[in-house]
Parts: sequence; structure tokens; C-alpha cells
Amino acid sequence: MSEIIKVGMADLKVCKSPDGVTTLGLGSCVGIAIRDPSTKIGGLAHIMLPDSTSIRNNSNIPKFADTGIDELVKQLIKAGASRSRLVAKIAGGAQMFAFQNKSDLVRVGERNVEAVRRKLQQLKIPILASDTGKNYGRTVIFYPETGDFVIKSVGKKDSVI
Amino acid sequence: MDKEFNLDTMTDEYVDVLRELGNIGAGNAMTALAQLLNCKVDMQVPQVRLLEFKDVGSLIGGEEQIMAGIYLAVSGDITGSIMFLLDQESAKHLACKLMGMEMTEGGFGEMELSALMEIGNIITGAYLNSLAAITNLKIVPSPPAICIDMAGAILSVPAIEFGTIGDRILLIQSQFMDEIELDGYFIMVPDIESYGKILSSLGMA
Repeated sequence: MSEIIKVGMADLKVCKSPDGVTTLGLGSCVGIAIRDPSTKIGGLAHIMLPDSTSIRNNSNIPKFADTGIDELVKQLIKAGASRSRLVAKIAGGAQMFAFQNKSDLVRVGERNVEAVRRKLQQLKIPILASDTGKNYGRTVIFYPETGDFVIKSVGKKDSVI
Repeated sequence: MDKEFNLDTMTDEYVDVLRELGNIGAGNAMTALAQLLNCKVDMQVPQVRLLEFKDVGSLIGGEEQIMAGIYLAVSGDITGSIMFLLDQESAKHLACKLMGMEMTEGGFGEMELSALMEIGNIITGAYLNSLAAITNLKIVPSPPAICIDMAGAILSVPAIEFGTIGDRILLIQSQFMDEIELDGYFIMVPDIESYGKILSSLGMA
């Protein structure tokens, strides 16, 4: 029997086919799904903030794009994935509230997406697909078996990227 | 203390003070709501909780529960933001009641959204006014913004703000009733310097 493992806010989980990983109601946070297509080991991280180095209280590793992705990759390799085969898909980073002033905090979704892209590029992990930005929440389910990244939103048809 | 203030290591004494502020604020907010709707609104004693991020969604009825969030930025002597959160049914009920309309099925129309925004404005305004009166601090709210979506997605906004200062979120749940039972939540996010100011204005620091 396959199982869908839940990933909370500021959390990450690794699984192996036929299991899947999901995170519910991504808003300005970003979900990063990474897998090794040949061993079918994959994982999902739900990060909240772009940069651990700009915050003093930064011990919560999965909370940040930089440390969260590092940790996810580390756990994937430990589970048997090959570093060189890893590929990623990302979703989230919405701006939930339409404010007039574009302060940094309002733009946090956008900044999260930028930070995730930068980190993945630095690690040379290609991004195969993404569904980011806009102004609505997303629930995502990732299947390391096929690499399918299912995205559900309120009032919209489910999509697979 | 404001330099090292941290929600994760805060003493019970501070939690009690924040809880009491939440109680008073929510009480005033409900009085304002009763006046606005011109009806009697009963309320339970609000519950104040400090929750880890991963537990927030499940408390509110699941991350995928559709809710209405009304969000205002706060400036003046303290800075931060406040959010009032209602489940979809409650939001619809209140909006229709204010407008004197029949409840309709389906999504929110323009009128309902605007009514809801006004309700949020008045409720959070009353909440902030009572906080300003107790602490003798100047608190100025911005115009409200509204969002109807999954609870998890809406909550990511205040959670991220809390995330810059700690790993927990301060949530005030206030259950109130007119004809039907309504569940509302206040989430107050002062920034880290503002916690110090609030507590010291009450002679705590």
C-alpha cells in the first residue's frame, strides 16, 4: 500500500516510490519537490523565508530556502538518491493580500521563489517545472514514482506539472 | 529585555499578559460587532494559544478549510500587523446580515466582500483601540485587505512574520454566537521591538 506523507509548515520529508509527499495550503511559502528519477527517491520541503543568514534566530533548518534545500538534498542522498541525478519542481510563493505599498514583507512570496531558484541553481539541480506567484493558495502532492507534481487550488481545476 | 525577547523562551508571566490583552481586545471587538449588527452577540472566553507552525492549520479545522482573512498593517508607536480570520460560513452569514440580504449559495459577491471588509475593519479597529487605551501607545491601522482561500495559505502570511522572530505563532480564538455559532480568530503580530514596548508600557519590562 502506498502512503502519502504530510509535510507541515517549515518542515521537510523524504520518501520512496510508491509513497508520495504532500503539503497543504501553500501561501507565500514555497514547496520544493526534488527526486532522483532512477531510484525514485524523492522529497518535499515547505520553506517560509528566503534567507537564514539575515535572521538571528535561525536554528529551524527547514524554515529557510537556503538551509532547507541543503538539508533536503542531504537526506535524499542518505536515503540512496544520486546527487548528480536530482531534479526539482517548485510551487507556491503567492502574494495572498493585495496591499498598495510593496514592502519587503508583502513581497515575501516573490523573494522566497527567487531564493529557491538561486539555491537550486547554485547546487546545479535543474528546475523541470514551476507554478509560482499569483494570489492564491496551493495544495501540492509529489509522487517520486513518476515525478508528477499535482497542484490543487480553490475554484480551479487540479493541474499536474 | 526587548533586545533578547523571544516568543520561544518567553516566561509564563509574559504569556499571561499577552493573553489578557487578547481577552480585552476580543471583548471590545465583539461589542463593536454587536453594535454594528444591532443584535446581541454572546461570546466565550477567548482562548489564547502559542502554537508551533505545523500545528496551526489543524487547530483551525485543517489547512484546506476555506476561510476569509482580513489583514491590516499597523503603524504608530508599535508596528506589525493584525489579522481577523473567519470560516467561510460565518463570514457569509455576517456579510449577509450586515447588508440585510438573504444567504446565497456559492462564492462571495462584490457586495459581500465589501461588507466583510468593513466588518473586519470595525472589529480589528475596536481590538486595536482597546490595546492602545491600555498601553497608552499610538496604534494606527492601515486600510484592510481581504483574502478568501485555504486556511494554510492565508495563515502563511502572519506565520512568516512570526517566522522572522521565532518558531511559534500567537493565536487568539474567540467563539461567538448570534443566531448561529461563529468561530473567529485574531492573530496579532507585533514586530520584535513592539513586544518590548507593549510589555514595558504595562510596567513589565
